[in-house]
Amino acid sequence: MLERILMASVAVFSLGAGVAGAQTIGFSQIGSESGWRAAETTVTMNQAKERGIDLRFSDAQQRQENQIAALRSFIAQGVDAILVAPVVATGWDSVLEEAAEAEIPVVLLDRMVDSSPDLYLTAVGSDLVHEGRVAGEWLVSAANGEECRVVELQGTTGSSPAIDRKKGFEEGIAGADNIEIVRSQTGDFTRTRGKEVMESFLQAENGGADICALYAHNDDMAVGAIQAIKEAGLKPGEDILVVSIDAVPDIFQALAAGEANATVELTPNMAGPAFDALEAYFADGTMPEKFIQTESKLYTQADDPAGEYEARKDLGY
Amino acid sequence: MNIRALPLYATIAIFLLAYLICYMQFPAMLSTRVIGNLLTDNAYLGIVAVGMTVVIISGGIDLSVGSVIAFSGVFIAVLLRETGMHPLAAFALLLAITTLFGAAMGGMIHLLAMPPFIVTLAGMFLARGAGYMLTIDSVPIDHAFYETMQRAYYLMPGKGRLTLLGVTMLASVILGMILLHRTKFGTNVYAIGGGEATARLMGVAVGRTTVLIYAFSGFMAGLAGIVFSVYTSAGYPLATVGVELNAIAAVVIGGTLLTGGSGYMFGTLIGVLTMGLIQTYIVFDGTLSSWWTKIVIGALLLMFILLQKGLLRLRISH
Repeated sequence: MLERILMASVAVFSLGAGVAGAQTIGFSQIGSESGWRAAETTVTMNQAKERGIDLRFSDAQQRQENQIAALRSFIAQGVDAILVAPVVATGWDSVLEEAAEAEIPVVLLDRMVDSSPDLYLTAVGSDLVHEGRVAGEWLVSAANGEECRVVELQGTTGSSPAIDRKKGFEEGIAGADNIEIVRSQTGDFTRTRGKEVMESFLQAENGGADICALYAHNDDMAVGAIQAIKEAGLKPGEDILVVSIDAVPDIFQALAAGEANATVELTPNMAGPAFDALEAYFADGTMPEKFIQTESKLYTQADDPAGEYEARKDLGY
Repeated sequence: MNIRALPLYATIAIFLLAYLICYMQFPAMLSTRVIGNLLTDNAYLGIVAVGMTVVIISGGIDLSVGSVIAFSGVFIAVLLRETGMHPLAAFALLLAITTLFGAAMGGMIHLLAMPPFIVTLAGMFLARGAGYMLTIDSVPIDHAFYETMQRAYYLMPGKGRLTLLGVTMLASVILGMILLHRTKFGTNVYAIGGGEATARLMGVAVGRTTVLIYAFSGFMAGLAGIVFSVYTSAGYPLATVGVELNAIAAVVIGGTLLTGGSGYMFGTLIGVLTMGLIQTYIVFDGTLSSWWTKIVIGALLLMFILLQKGLLRLRISH
């Protein structure tokens, strides 16, 4: 009881005007190492604001010890729930047990841990293989039965997004004999490497005349490759179809200009589904699935790319 | 009043004042949970800072400790994964290695008359590299004994946990206090920090003491590595980057003179807790950027350096 009173007064103190019943949720973020992660942070804060949640944010600066300490502080503070994007998979057992004992539900965002699933409420994340599959399926319908030779820009060799997005794409085009991956090399997820590798593809494939489509494991490499295609005197989006993954703001500019054809979104909105699951759990104890897969939405030139760009450009990408 | 102890009093006063401010804003800060967390979450830092205090009082510096902690975690994790060794045996082996590593650095500093900064910088790269040689992944440790250690805590009133890790840290501080303030070794450390030539004239075995100082720091870094591996139940070669600097900061905030010769072990404990308190406050607030931790620590450091300069002048004019 005393603890409750203390907690309530904490809320009042910190908010100035604490709304009765407003939930306090702690969010321990890995850091801000990439544009996508910065966008995830921004979206989480916006989502919390929309829902009237009092979000306590802690940036772990890429260090697990900071993250564990933040989780412990959240527990001591008596928050209603905790969101965590874990920096590494190992070493979470004891702090998750403490949260469980304090009856504070924990939701994992974007990355998994190797602890027992009993210790967290659910995990929200994207299925990387599925993303690749969506891209592949788009190309099958876009090629429309015609012969299509595809070049592929892979992510960093050996990284799980590179492996899974390649696998998914191959699954997506599996039934279509008219589509064939003729060249596949790593562009390291970067714009400059994407451009360089695309230049060599173009030279090797008859100045680009033999290439029908480009599949890039992320948008940044696609943007670099588009530059290379233009410099080779071809029209990206028409002479060579461009499909990639992530849906960062820059690719929407390319879509709007007709230079790219499709992108599959890796949504930075992991918190939305997490808050939904928590609301249902608090309302009547509904246990969510242990893994909530975010939608891998496909965007093409027909999906108002200019508007999508406007909506995303301020998210911190 | 003892002028030398002034920085210690300042440290304690700042800590109490900071805690009061935290408590006024967030009453939940004064709970056994938060106090237990402060001890547990900063256990590895506190232990390594005990070693660092001795080194700094002797006028030296040890930059290798952060890497040694990471190496220790990886060493234990890989050893437990590859062999059926009991963790306690692995701990003994590890502590022997890190102590020898420290002693070797101390030996080089003395025999080659090289600055500790350079020797321990080399040690820092060496230990980090050795960790990478063993593995580049985060290796989980699941051993029943580890679980026992993690579950070993005393539940204080108010659900706060006084964990084995926290108690290990407090015990290390007490050990450090005895060593520094009650033994011949401690007196020698202060003497060397006051000036090596004078110390030699006073009959201090400078070489032997230097080796012992860095061996002690290596031992403490190994112990901190064990504690850190229990804390995260994993070994990761990328862990604890820059912890040596946090430890130095804690020692200086704790009132120890960075040029050596003056300082108290107890101050270091307060320094560590002050840094933990800042971090806790920022998490409780939940809207401030975590980088404020660094900014506040920077400001505190600056303040203490100025304070020490001022005291030095005061002492000279008297």
